[in-house]
Amino acid sequence: MTDTTAPAAPVAFPQSRTCPFHPPAGYEPLRAERPLTRITLFDGREAWLVTGHATARALLADPRLSSNRDHPGFPTPTKRFAGFRNRRTALLGVDDPEHRTQRRMVVGDFTLKRAVELRPRIQQIVDERLDALIAQGPPADLVSAFALPVPSMVICALLGVPYADHDFFETQSRRLLRGPETADVMDARDRLEAYLGELIDRKRLHPGTGLLDDLVRRQPRDGEPDREDLIALALILLVAGHETTANMISLGTFTLLQHPERLAELRADPELVPAAVEELMRMLSIADGLLRIAVEDIEVAGATIRQGDGVVFATSVINRDETVYPEPDTLDWHRSARHHVAFGFGVHQCLGQNLARAELEIALRTLLDRLPGLRLAAPAEEIPFKPGDTIQGMLELPVTW
Amino acid sequence: MRIDIDKDLCIGAGQCALTAPDVFTQDDDGYSTVLPGREDGGGSPLLREAARACPVSAITVSEAVG
Repeated sequence: MTDTTAPAAPVAFPQSRTCPFHPPAGYEPLRAERPLTRITLFDGREAWLVTGHATARALLADPRLSSNRDHPGFPTPTKRFAGFRNRRTALLGVDDPEHRTQRRMVVGDFTLKRAVELRPRIQQIVDERLDALIAQGPPADLVSAFALPVPSMVICALLGVPYADHDFFETQSRRLLRGPETADVMDARDRLEAYLGELIDRKRLHPGTGLLDDLVRRQPRDGEPDREDLIALALILLVAGHETTANMISLGTFTLLQHPERLAELRADPELVPAAVEELMRMLSIADGLLRIAVEDIEVAGATIRQGDGVVFATSVINRDETVYPEPDTLDWHRSARHHVAFGFGVHQCLGQNLARAELEIALRTLLDRLPGLRLAAPAEEIPFKPGDTIQGMLELPVTW
Repeated sequence: MRIDIDKDLCIGAGQCALTAPDVFTQDDDGYSTVLPGREDGGGSPLLREAARACPVSAITVSEAVG
């Protein structure tokens, strides 16, 4: 840390990006404040912001930081999530041992091997979407025509959720994450829970072949996990399973189109795609602001995080720690982007990361292959992207080819 | 080299198998295991990187004794 006695007001967090593939200009001072500093949240409360890579990895793996949103004082990034408590948030909102039990129920379906097995199905989905896009002809909105339907179809196939219901759950997922008001968030969650509850009940009577069907079938007689647990788990898997990957596809494509030399390099050597996916994950850090609360005092990097303090991880700043990633603002397929924290770290590291990597590799490789003339159909600075208080990504991506 | 995997810590993230697929794999339940015949790491240059990639530090790599 630099001079901790400096009276400068803490930087406000989160802020919206000015360029969708770079951290907000307002975070610039934070890069000089490694490995941690103070921020002000929307409600005027202060919290710790972790900005250094090694400290982030240590703290994300530290059981003295809790993910349980029911703790009084749990940091809230935005007004619409304030007061959004006492609702079950499976996996990402619970600590071990409860978290471990939930993760163990589903982890077998998210292994590398499982992701490899799903590749032909993912390829088929990607091919079909691109066939439709090409048949329709340019221009098109790549978000609604490709970036969103691909992961949505993949997670439906994996979970056993009917894709015919995608308009409903995509719309409600959008409201759950982006509101705009708290009432929208609450209502979206109610609707998704009701929908998934009915789906689970139907699966109990007529089991199919998806992961949700397996969970219903495996449900032991002692009632654990109960119906509410299954709904909470299904909700997280469905929402996290399509929104995040959709954002990476849209923002990843935009970023490639804004870096023609890197794009040409990738087209010339598709073997670079896995490295490119990793570098894009690092560079874009779409889940920019992971939340925890200290349940004990923690001494770290010469500071003391007190019990009850909120701790926020700015992945976009952490993943540009120049001591780990030289020239961190430069997109480079030949660097080792390994060990980035875009998927988090510690016990909560993204359950779906192997599936996400497979989807991103197949989606980007096939998109570039099938549409060699792909380019933006509007000035880059006019294309809308998501505000800083939610998962980062493009709202629209007008393209032609 | 000697590789120890703490199965009580392992969360099945698969980062070891992603980083060093010539040494690590995941069983059907998602848990990390060493491939048969690779118990000594097989000289893989990515062995320590794989251990470092583990989000829960479940993998310990040490010099083999004796």
